[in-house]
Amino acid sequence: MTDSKYFTTTKKGEIFELKAELNSDKKEKKKEAVKKVIASMTVGKDVSALFPDVVNCMQTDNLELKKLVYLYLMNYAKSQPDMAIMAVNTFVKDCEDLNPLIRALAVRTMGCIRVDKITEYLCEPLRKCLKDEDPYVRKTAAVCVAKLHDINAQLVEDQGFLDTLKDLISDSNPMVVANAVAALSEIAESHPNSNLLDLNPQTINKLLTALNECTEWGQIFILDCLASYLPRDDRESQSICERVTPRLSHANSAVVLSAVKVLMKFMEMLPKDLDYYGTLLKKLAPPLVTLLSAEPELQYVALRNINLIVQKRPEILKHEMKVFFVKYNDPIYVKLEKLDIMIRLASQANIAQVLAELKEYATEVDVDFVRKAVRAIGRCAIKVEQSAERCVSTLLDLIQTKVNYVVQEAIVVIKDIFRKYPNKYESVIATLCENLDSLDEPEARAAMIWIVGEYAERIDNADELLESFLEGFHDESTQVQLQLLTAIVKLFLKKPTETQELVQQVLSLATQDSDNPDLRDRGYIYWRLLSTDPVAAKEVVLAEKPLISEETDLIEPTLLEELICHIGTLASVYHKPPSAFVEGSRGVQHKRLPPRAGSGESTESPDVGQSGPSEAPPAVIPSQGDLLGDLLNLDLAPPTATVPSVQPSMQMGAMDLLGGGLDSLLGGDIGGSPSMGAGLGAAPAAMPASLGGAPAVGGGLGDLFDLGGGVGMPTGSYVAPKTVWLLAMKAKGLEISGTFARRGGIIQMDLSLTNKAMSVMTDFAIQFNRNSFGLAPAGPLQVLTPLSPNQTIDVSLPLSTSGPVMKMEPLNNLQVAVKNNIDVFYFSCQYPLSLLFVEDGKMDRQVFLATWKDIPNDNEAQFQIKDIHLNSDVASNKLQGSNIFTIAKRTVEGQDMLYQSVKLTNGIWVLAEMRIQTGNPNYTWMCWRRPHVRECVSQNDSPVIS
Amino acid sequence: MIHSLFLINNAGDLFLEKHWKSVISRSVCDYFFEAREKAVEPDNVPPVIRTPHHYLINIYREKIFFVSVIQTEVPPLFVIEFLHRVAETFQDYFGECSESTIKDNVVIVYELLEEMLDNGFPLATESNILKELIRPPTILRSMVNTITGSSNVGETLPTGQLSTIPWRRAGVKYTNNEAYFDVVEEIDAILDKSGTTVFAEIQGVIDACVKLSGMPDLTLSFMNPRLLDDVSFHPCVRYKRWESERVISFVPPDGNFQLMSYHISAQNLVAIPVYVKQNISFFETGSSGRLDITVGPKQTMGKTVEGLVVTVHMPKVVLSANLNATQGTYNYDPVTKILVWDIGKLNPQKLPNLKGSLSLQSGAPKPEENPSLNIDLKIQQLAISGLKVNRLDMYGEKYKPFKGVKYVTKAGKFQVRT
Repeated sequence: MTDSKYFTTTKKGEIFELKAELNSDKKEKKKEAVKKVIASMTVGKDVSALFPDVVNCMQTDNLELKKLVYLYLMNYAKSQPDMAIMAVNTFVKDCEDLNPLIRALAVRTMGCIRVDKITEYLCEPLRKCLKDEDPYVRKTAAVCVAKLHDINAQLVEDQGFLDTLKDLISDSNPMVVANAVAALSEIAESHPNSNLLDLNPQTINKLLTALNECTEWGQIFILDCLASYLPRDDRESQSICERVTPRLSHANSAVVLSAVKVLMKFMEMLPKDLDYYGTLLKKLAPPLVTLLSAEPELQYVALRNINLIVQKRPEILKHEMKVFFVKYNDPIYVKLEKLDIMIRLASQANIAQVLAELKEYATEVDVDFVRKAVRAIGRCAIKVEQSAERCVSTLLDLIQTKVNYVVQEAIVVIKDIFRKYPNKYESVIATLCENLDSLDEPEARAAMIWIVGEYAERIDNADELLESFLEGFHDESTQVQLQLLTAIVKLFLKKPTETQELVQQVLSLATQDSDNPDLRDRGYIYWRLLSTDPVAAKEVVLAEKPLISEETDLIEPTLLEELICHIGTLASVYHKPPSAFVEGSRGVQHKRLPPRAGSGESTESPDVGQSGPSEAPPAVIPSQGDLLGDLLNLDLAPPTATVPSVQPSMQMGAMDLLGGGLDSLLGGDIGGSPSMGAGLGAAPAAMPASLGGAPAVGGGLGDLFDLGGGVGMPTGSYVAPKTVWLLAMKAKGLEISGTFARRGGIIQMDLSLTNKAMSVMTDFAIQFNRNSFGLAPAGPLQVLTPLSPNQTIDVSLPLSTSGPVMKMEPLNNLQVAVKNNIDVFYFSCQYPLSLLFVEDGKMDRQVFLATWKDIPNDNEAQFQIKDIHLNSDVASNKLQGSNIFTIAKRTVEGQDMLYQSVKLTNGIWVLAEMRIQTGNPNYTWMCWRRPHVRECVSQNDSPVIS
Repeated sequence: MIHSLFLINNAGDLFLEKHWKSVISRSVCDYFFEAREKAVEPDNVPPVIRTPHHYLINIYREKIFFVSVIQTEVPPLFVIEFLHRVAETFQDYFGECSESTIKDNVVIVYELLEEMLDNGFPLATESNILKELIRPPTILRSMVNTITGSSNVGETLPTGQLSTIPWRRAGVKYTNNEAYFDVVEEIDAILDKSGTTVFAEIQGVIDACVKLSGMPDLTLSFMNPRLLDDVSFHPCVRYKRWESERVISFVPPDGNFQLMSYHISAQNLVAIPVYVKQNISFFETGSSGRLDITVGPKQTMGKTVEGLVVTVHMPKVVLSANLNATQGTYNYDPVTKILVWDIGKLNPQKLPNLKGSLSLQSGAPKPEENPSLNIDLKIQQLAISGLKVNRLDMYGEKYKPFKGVKYVTKAGKFQVRT
């Protein structure tokens, strides 16, 4: 007789029958009925209708029946809160039972009933259980505090449970300690700043003692908790390391990895010349290797972490290359990770072995894996200079196999090798050219074309080769088209006599027959360059390129440090800081490695040394309240001081504001408005300096821009009229008004300085306080002539975003200090956030789609823009001028939906959906991962679109 | 911590769900199904899957996916280890871990899961504690239960639960006191075409079956403990004594358990017991190929190699094999493209050979990939690393136990490239 009988049903209706059985007088029948109910529950059937009947069975001395009823209660109490109260009495009674098992069971189950009303009844029993004489009950109660906190955090704090829980860290029983630590850690996660786990040398000592005696799971909690402690000095650090090291031999891999985390972190504090440091390094290797003989799922997580460890401390595993060799029956996710680590460990000493292996992998069945193996050979060549030659010959061998995808992948990496070692391996070009016809992937075609263009002077039939690609120009992907255009221009500059016709052909294809703005722009630029000044063209197009870096795929050092502190967590699996993906914005604290003791070492990470790990690095986290207020004000009068013209009054009201904004932008589009004129005039300054040299080129560019305007190219971004920032009376006669603009990718602060005093002003200088997006002057304030009384001078100050960052209130506030020969003056102004929208903010459609799905609902904001009569195309064009890019458009029930992306200078993406009904566009802003930005962004959008 | 668990079979049916916090809709598994479909082979499903609001961490054991849902930052290894523990517990309780046994014992499964995790924190995962709380089903017990109405749930607190040796229950009594240790070593190796070792290592475990009364304190020592530099111990082993004296001192759990596992790395020389001479080639024309494999003894330390099986994963275009084996039988499965040659005992005087032709799909190009050979073998009474147990001493109890040690060497992932 098995439990499968509980799944069988009769025709009468299951629920009806169960109800009858549950109310039966016979104990046995009752129990069987409850089992049937549980069986239905396990497969996801809704049996909540039986709630009162099941709860009636609760009052029993049969422990099994009691447990079964509890199982049911936990699942369904939430859907029947009023009925759940019925159970309270039994719980309270059970908490007084003589049998500790029953006491623990009651307090445990009660915590799982996630009904608000029950929690108040839970407090007294829980308080008793936390002080119970039986450690089993205490350890269960410790977890219960975490459960209760999840339901009602305030209650837990008010009742003082947190303090009781902290006391349990000093409990005599190690299991109780472990559970208390686990509960506190979980609670601390939702209170990042609450300093719940107040770690000091005494508590650390208690934890270390408990570590040796508690269960494996408890050890994980304790180790993770230890990892967040910062030892006072290197001696304490060493003593903790010594006591943690035995955990490396634990059979549970999670314990091992948590121990590795503690050691990797605390090792940072040990002086490198210490003997113990070397011993520790040696001890770390074997457990990491052992992790690789576990089940594949464990291997995967281990490998992701080893990837980090190898980047931080390559010396640990430098002799263990062979354990990362791929076995043919490893799952694909393990294979790919191993390959990655092999490359990281590759060095001159072991490169022969590695190459032999990689070549072996290139003949495997799995296409993804083979491709990655081929690519890995190229990465080896770039990483280990001495091996480059062998890598190239290995790649050539692989090309000889003629396996299509192998050949293509090989050509892509050979291109990179050429970029690392120019003019060294061009002898292989002939072999590459033989395979021209078999290339069908854009990346491989583009790579091949790049090679032909780059070495055009050494390839006799370069023109023929490129011409053959040109035939199907319009069917190629953008990547190939751009590459082909550049390659042919290079060819022309190298062999001008024979290729004139070819270059004409490609330029006209690119500029006249193509819809792609990037291609067209590049075409025009080449065209102008070639027609005005071939010498300059040569300097630009054939300029010496920077070599590609050795390891472009290394994790950036500060991120790596943070990830090392999170070894064994999800962050370490995804190689992203926890703040980037942990659900909600629970304000995760950034962790840093501790500074090393001893003199010579502190240079390794100087800024870490200063700030210390307890201080969170500056982040842009505004308080929600204020911004919400701002958002509500939005429709009436945005605080972003976009009040038009010279009027200093901030209280102009909504009518004027909208009117002013509308005028200037609409005007701008037509081309007549002064603000737009300024935008165009300034544009050439934004072009690369190398072009600026020849005056003829400048004219040509002007032409180019006219042309662009003619075909309806998006014009520059919206520029608000200047406002007065500093009143003369407050600044000893100096009046400053200004605005911000973004021109050709450069942020500029336009200032008008007026001298209203009696004497001449000289020696101007400007400085910004730290601000949210790191805005800083990119050069000095250029006021060349002295400013005589009653004179006004206009200056444009280019800004960079690489300055120091500090969160401001509001987010877009900027505090400025201006100095002249008289005094220093301070004022603050606010810049429109659209200033920070960068030009490459156009997200790939696929990425957009994926990201859009991923955005938590909390990060969404919605608002309406009133009184605008634009159709979607015009709106999208305008927005593009402000670097708000339309990714997709669809029409639903007469509404146009535009999906848009924006990227800020600090890399934050904002995604938006815009619904346009006539006269009533409705915006949904979705901000990726950083909810606080959205409010600020939304304020700014009104002037831009109107 | 661990929020919920879903069990899903190979066909994609979700047949059990358990929630430790609030109920999470099973629709969250759609993300898993998506990944499952993408992976084609069930083995290739990535262990950690990210969804907008949760993370799914899964393992694949015995044709069942154990999919756990987590919501906050939890060490993934912790979750994976726990899931393996769940699978092992089912195995331990029901003899096998399969969909049908889980369905047959669904109530016990549910009780077990509830006992193993509280609010996502592991509670009791030691087999002997669980068995005191919830008794495993036996035919006898279920009959007795039906007649007497007694239950299979323990009424008292397990004794081991809180002691500093949670793995052992008190009051164990046996009439025959015995302790057996199996030293099992597996060779993981990759040999290249020419027979040279590319990589080899030994994964060893010592499995114990200890049935001793009372609270015995055991000490196990080796003849050559220096071989072991990379070890993982059962929590019962006193690490300090291992560090200082290189002996294994422990109070054993009752019954079967794994005392330790060790790893002898690629840097030490690993003896390879057999060599394989092989030649598998495909002709440019004629849609055919040849196969010739010979296996011979290499470093067997004078023992006999048994259970020898050679498995070849053929390229997709191989339709059939017409071969001749001098020893054992061969079988080619044209669906999975796997050729299995079961040799049995290796006779050093007359080396087994498998030879013949392969026929390919007509018109198909010559296969690009090289097939790979897998070797399976067994050597009794030998630990290939040379590890030897010296003696086992017992303290704390008066009786004289019966002791025994067995050695066996097997092939693990033993691969020969062609």
